[in-house]
Amino acid sequence: MISDLDSQKTEKALMLTLDGEQVAFEAGETIYEISERHRREVPTLCYDERLEAFGACRLCVVEVEGIRNPVASCTTKASEGMVIKTKTEAIEKHRKTLLELVTSENRNVDVNKLSGYASQELKILVDRYDAGTGRFAGKKSGTSNEKDKNPFILRDYDNCISCYRCVRVCAEREGDYAINVMNRGFNTQIITEFENDLRDSECTFCGQCVQTCPTGALGDKKALRDADTEGEIKKTRTICPYCGVGCSVDMMSKGDKIVGVQPAMDGPANEGALCIKGQFAFDFIQNADRLKKPMIRRDDGELHECEWEEALNFAAAGFAKVRDKFGRHSVYGIASGRAPHEAAYTMQKYIRATYGTNYIDNCSRA
Amino acid sequence: MSNPLADMEKPDLIFAIGTNMTECHPVAATRLKRALTSGAKMIVADPRQTRLAKMAHLHLPIRVGSDVALLLAMAHVIQREDLINANFIADRTAGGEEFLEHIKEFTPEWASEICEVPAADIEEAGLLYGRGNPSAIYYTLGITEHICGVDNVQSLCNIALMTGNLGIEGGGINPMRGQNNIQGAGDCGAVPNNFPGFQPCDNPESTEKFSKLYQTEIDGVKGITKVTALDNCGKGIHAMIIDGENTVVTDPDKNHCEHALKSLDHLVVIDIFMTETAQLADVVFPATAWGETDGVQTNTERRVQRLRAAVPPVGEAKPDWWIVSEIAKRMGVPGFEYNSAKDVFNELCELSPIYAGLDWDRIEDSEYQWPVPDKDHPGTPMLHENEFKNGRGKFTVVGYRDPAEVISDDFPLWLTTGRRLEAYHSRTQTGRSAGIEYLLSHESLEVHPDDAERLGLIHGGMAKMASARGEIEIEVKVTDMSPKGTVFTSFSFAEVPVNILTGSGYDPVTQTAELKVCPVKVTAVK
Repeated sequence: MISDLDSQKTEKALMLTLDGEQVAFEAGETIYEISERHRREVPTLCYDERLEAFGACRLCVVEVEGIRNPVASCTTKASEGMVIKTKTEAIEKHRKTLLELVTSENRNVDVNKLSGYASQELKILVDRYDAGTGRFAGKKSGTSNEKDKNPFILRDYDNCISCYRCVRVCAEREGDYAINVMNRGFNTQIITEFENDLRDSECTFCGQCVQTCPTGALGDKKALRDADTEGEIKKTRTICPYCGVGCSVDMMSKGDKIVGVQPAMDGPANEGALCIKGQFAFDFIQNADRLKKPMIRRDDGELHECEWEEALNFAAAGFAKVRDKFGRHSVYGIASGRAPHEAAYTMQKYIRATYGTNYIDNCSRA
Repeated sequence: MSNPLADMEKPDLIFAIGTNMTECHPVAATRLKRALTSGAKMIVADPRQTRLAKMAHLHLPIRVGSDVALLLAMAHVIQREDLINANFIADRTAGGEEFLEHIKEFTPEWASEICEVPAADIEEAGLLYGRGNPSAIYYTLGITEHICGVDNVQSLCNIALMTGNLGIEGGGINPMRGQNNIQGAGDCGAVPNNFPGFQPCDNPESTEKFSKLYQTEIDGVKGITKVTALDNCGKGIHAMIIDGENTVVTDPDKNHCEHALKSLDHLVVIDIFMTETAQLADVVFPATAWGETDGVQTNTERRVQRLRAAVPPVGEAKPDWWIVSEIAKRMGVPGFEYNSAKDVFNELCELSPIYAGLDWDRIEDSEYQWPVPDKDHPGTPMLHENEFKNGRGKFTVVGYRDPAEVISDDFPLWLTTGRRLEAYHSRTQTGRSAGIEYLLSHESLEVHPDDAERLGLIHGGMAKMASARGEIEIEVKVTDMSPKGTVFTSFSFAEVPVNILTGSGYDPVTQTAELKVCPVKVTAVK
């Protein structure tokens, strides 16, 4: 092992020229990856760093000395001594024209931010290149799939640009292969097997296609219910409350209202993935059934709402009475496997410190 | 888990037993799918043809509760074919000789009779696991919710020890935790046998330490488990405080459970909804929910992570720690003067050797997996790397036992229970989330087509299902997901309270209920 490390150290680092600057790179890296590391802001629409590079949108093209046509930086591996230009006048013009062509096909570029994690990517590039010119008029691609009445995933293919990120994330990251591409060119459609609704396909409603879509063609229907709700979207990093995997999420709120959930791409447990529960089952929190005030059982045998002070005194007095009558081994505590540490810690401390027993457990045996 | 989640993309051989991972831990399952894409092989032992089973190179639809027999025979094959790791056994384990002698009699042919799968498949499983480099084990409640849950886990340890698949990247023994903070509840000492940080209650030093800290004399013996406490309600146990658990719906033997809680003099429940359990309480406190609470939880790979409040609580809801502390203060108990969740968590870190290197601010970026014994420690993604906690990894000599109840003329079918992708536990949360109903509106009983025909059951029709404890009515779903002779349903729907039927027995060590096996009789409702 030691000799391997030594030989690596003495080996000459691979170098190339990026916009006139000498930069080092590792064997196997693509031009796009190197450019990103050096903050060149090369535009792209079909790239998601979690997926295999695809080279479909051609926006990330760069000039490489000795190669006649511009190359797609996302699919071109760097090699020793390459001389790369990421932002020439010709390249930038080419990018603007491509974006103008893309926008000419789409019904709408300006989609709500609640649509999904990547939903603003097209809009940001169109603004950056001032490409919403309407220079190309004519045929529109795709058709909105409004017949799919599922309550989670909006399928508005009028805004689809055929980057196939949805198809690729479903296959490469989820391993579900629920959707695929039918036809070519203007007739391209993203479909399930036999063109069924998502419910009747292999789709698990994990929402990954929604979150990687760069145009809002796929949208988070639950979050979009609050498109017109007043207020800025606030994102709060937290951890999913369902299984034990512990996926990182960004909870989205407007004012005091929770409006949706987006996966955290840098979450260590999930690396951007979620399942149907973590993605879509958040609205139990502000459900009308939530308990809002303490309740105590009064002489009529029914539970009635009351003030905190009365309920806390009633709870404490009840425990004291049982302890005094039956002894300290007559009280038992059950902590939650759902609540945070602080709940479990104080519960066990309450039992141990109050009664001097280890009469405490949690719900893991069920 | 002995190994981190990221390792799930690295095994050469995946052995998934008693885990319906694509439904219960879907995000973890995506890592296994990627491992398969890059060439890993997978064995799935599960009575049902789950989505994971369909992806397997070898699916062993073993009869419910026969895991020990399968694992003994796999060990037998591994030894016979000389696939053991002799150096690992010699250097790092104890009891190997006795174990290797013990397994000589348990052939695949013997196990085949018990597991009801071909001996050749068991042979193949032993070869695949023995040859994998590395081989990783993943399991869930399909292993532990049996009267022989501990035997099952020890049998898995035995095959990992004999092949040296512990302490190596991409290997290990990896139980997947089913609830977001069930690991944390244990870490915090909310168990009858350990103080916070797994310091044993029957160790005099620990007892003295906590007696001093908590300013009272604490019993130097383990407490009773929840199962025993419920059994003793009204006869020894007269008051309970329950936080965030719908005991009546999720625990086995519903009638017994309800009766137990009703016989208490004083029941205090803290929850976010008026659950079936809260309805039996004398006092109900409204707790803050996810998204309203600052706090900490630990995931299945021992990663300690921050929960953050995004919005103010609904109504007058308060954090659980505040409610418990206020009750304690009113009883004159010292040490509950906390101002924030941060205060509580930092106290936990100070008292727990496995958290000693952590505090509220250090876990900001989710980077630590315990144990983190001091502030310079980087955390421990993989356990057992150079040594086991207690020195050597111990082999356990285990034998096969029948489940607490076996099928008979009166109850001729095996019922096994589990979860579904779209629902969570007793649906207090998913049942109140818009849209879930579109995918899963009600519960059904999965019955093999041959059984359905024999019993006159119709797809979509109703059936009566009875066990020794009670009976329920349930809609029939005819599917070959269930093997012949076994039916399946989830425990999520209060309308179909399957825990009226379950509860035949408990593991003698952990007192975990045998929720995975229950002989039943199923008849068509005309």
